[in-house]
Amino acid sequence: MSDLLQSLSAHITGALTSKIKKTDVALHELTIEVAPQDLIEVAIFLRDDEQCAFEQLIDVCGVDYLSYGDSEWDVGGSGFTRGVKREFSFDDSELDADKPEFEGKRFCSVTHLLSIKNNLRIRIKVYCDDNEFPLVDSLVDVWSSANWFEREAFDLFGIMFNGHPDLRRILTDYGFSGHPFRKDFPLIGQVEMRYDEEQERVVYEPVSIESRTLVPRIIREDGRFTRNKNINDANVNANTNEVGK
Amino acid sequence: MPEIRNFTLNFGPAHPAAHGVLRLVLEMDGEVIQRADPHVGLLHRGTEKLAESKPYNQSIGYMDRLDYVSMMCNEHGYVLALEKMLGIEAPIRAQYIRTMFDEITRILNHLLWIGAHALDVGAMTMFLYAFREREDLMDVYEAVSGARLHATYYRPGGVYRDIPDVMPLHEKSKWYNDADITRLNDNRGGSVLDFIEDFTNRFPKCVDEYETLLTDNRIWKQRLVDIGIVSPERALQLGLTGAMLRGSGIEWDLRKKQPYAMYEAMDFDIPVGTNGDSYDRYLVRMEEFRQSNKIVKQCVDWLRKNPGPVMHDDHKITPPKREAMKGDMEALIHHFKLATEGYCLPEGEAYQAIEHPKGEFGCYIVSDGANKPYRLKVRAPGFAHMSAMDELTRGHMLADVVTVIGTMDIVFGEVDR
Repeated sequence: MSDLLQSLSAHITGALTSKIKKTDVALHELTIEVAPQDLIEVAIFLRDDEQCAFEQLIDVCGVDYLSYGDSEWDVGGSGFTRGVKREFSFDDSELDADKPEFEGKRFCSVTHLLSIKNNLRIRIKVYCDDNEFPLVDSLVDVWSSANWFEREAFDLFGIMFNGHPDLRRILTDYGFSGHPFRKDFPLIGQVEMRYDEEQERVVYEPVSIESRTLVPRIIREDGRFTRNKNINDANVNANTNEVGK
Repeated sequence: MPEIRNFTLNFGPAHPAAHGVLRLVLEMDGEVIQRADPHVGLLHRGTEKLAESKPYNQSIGYMDRLDYVSMMCNEHGYVLALEKMLGIEAPIRAQYIRTMFDEITRILNHLLWIGAHALDVGAMTMFLYAFREREDLMDVYEAVSGARLHATYYRPGGVYRDIPDVMPLHEKSKWYNDADITRLNDNRGGSVLDFIEDFTNRFPKCVDEYETLLTDNRIWKQRLVDIGIVSPERALQLGLTGAMLRGSGIEWDLRKKQPYAMYEAMDFDIPVGTNGDSYDRYLVRMEEFRQSNKIVKQCVDWLRKNPGPVMHDDHKITPPKREAMKGDMEALIHHFKLATEGYCLPEGEAYQAIEHPKGEFGCYIVSDGANKPYRLKVRAPGFAHMSAMDELTRGHMLADVVTVIGTMDIVFGEVDR
């Protein structure tokens, strides 16, 4: 399987050369990274090329890399800390004031394709250039099924899809504000609603509960959970190919 | 000359034929649909966001609640994705148990589908027939996991426990007299596997009964034939999977093409349709009943002959046995660490898909090496099917919308997540 993916990866990079920024085969899955401006061209190639023939778009989803690699519990040093101290404020800007500015590309649109003819899968990752206004070209004209998946990524992450025919919110409530799956959107939400007897209508108010951490987020790097190393490690360097820059 | 214009009709969100909370805004020209705009998300619970705040194992229960009529299949997709990233494999007996329960779940799902679909189209009897058989399978769920619906039975590294030796019996109550109890417990004398085998022996006859009610039924055919036709090309473009794709004549089933668990060792066929209309999809699913039944039978035979462990013995990931914890310090520590912290997945990402009763159900997990997912995306088949609603209903009558919802086998737990 991995050999097949390697040759497919070589075929794609051979045909599209500099348009593929990175390819990676891990866990029997092929991932390619594409710049936002090249996405449509790469997508049409992947759909129409005989050796690829990805007729079906299975999924599009957003990922927010804002807090990637952050842990709430330091396990590297000596001794232990107990519990997690969590500051809480209804106004996020108060807390964020002393946080370092996020560097790098924050939003990524991940597309999964399936070829029924060749029985293959591929993952396309597109990192958005602008963190304030993440923009990717829409794939609706290439695969119709992208329509709702892109609406979902827009709704939950605020990723804008250029050329989408109907980019409306889909999963959140009518009149919802904010993009709930962003990492800086609190799990408990920002508003709660109740029926106000005096005003005789439903009112929205800032949430009155405090967010809690039940199990802290821990990253263990001592390798105690690593299993079956032969799947990855032997080939990890050989498989990751930086193409161009 | 009077002015004639289209009018907008609001269908749902609490319409009995909407299979949950679907609000459809229909633009009508008389009784003909010009445009359908489904408003989904009324059942959005933020499952993926919640999963980001919990250790991996605590989200298995959330998977049951996605598509709440095919619980264990959802778990299977999630658990397989975890196992892929951890680099472990469940013991072979656990794989057979999973295969068997996937197929039991498929029968459960299709029973609810045929019951609800027929009820929407006007055949009341079907619903009662389907729930009769569903009850038996629900009891099997309860016997192995303790819960009739939200089982949380599959775990990374295996299944929660082996299939019990005793099938629970009905007890006398003010609703059941002695004669009822004797009748109800008639086939429950043996083990759970005996009960399942008994079920597989009588189920083909039940499917025959369903077919006598519907397959050649004049009204059923009038309501289904040529409704919601999808060409193979459009089915691929629209992201349709499962029976929706096979109904259009594309022979694609992940159990055959990208096998997982023990499907490679199973003998079964993939039914496909020819016209891509609702009636073909009905026939495909009816045949799937029989094929699933065949798989369950094969699994029962194997499970009878081959005892063995059902959980991986790596206690960094799976909890140790309860008895071991009483006497062994290491086992106690393992349990404590798993209960309080869980396990970390290596950094990376994986997508794992399974053939869910409704189509392709997949979990995409991004891990940064922590004990919680950095991002979990659930690819629900119903979401893609629902997005094809507009194209499938355009030009049909209002009453056909109900047929199309039924044929898509929509459950809002997974669409809205």
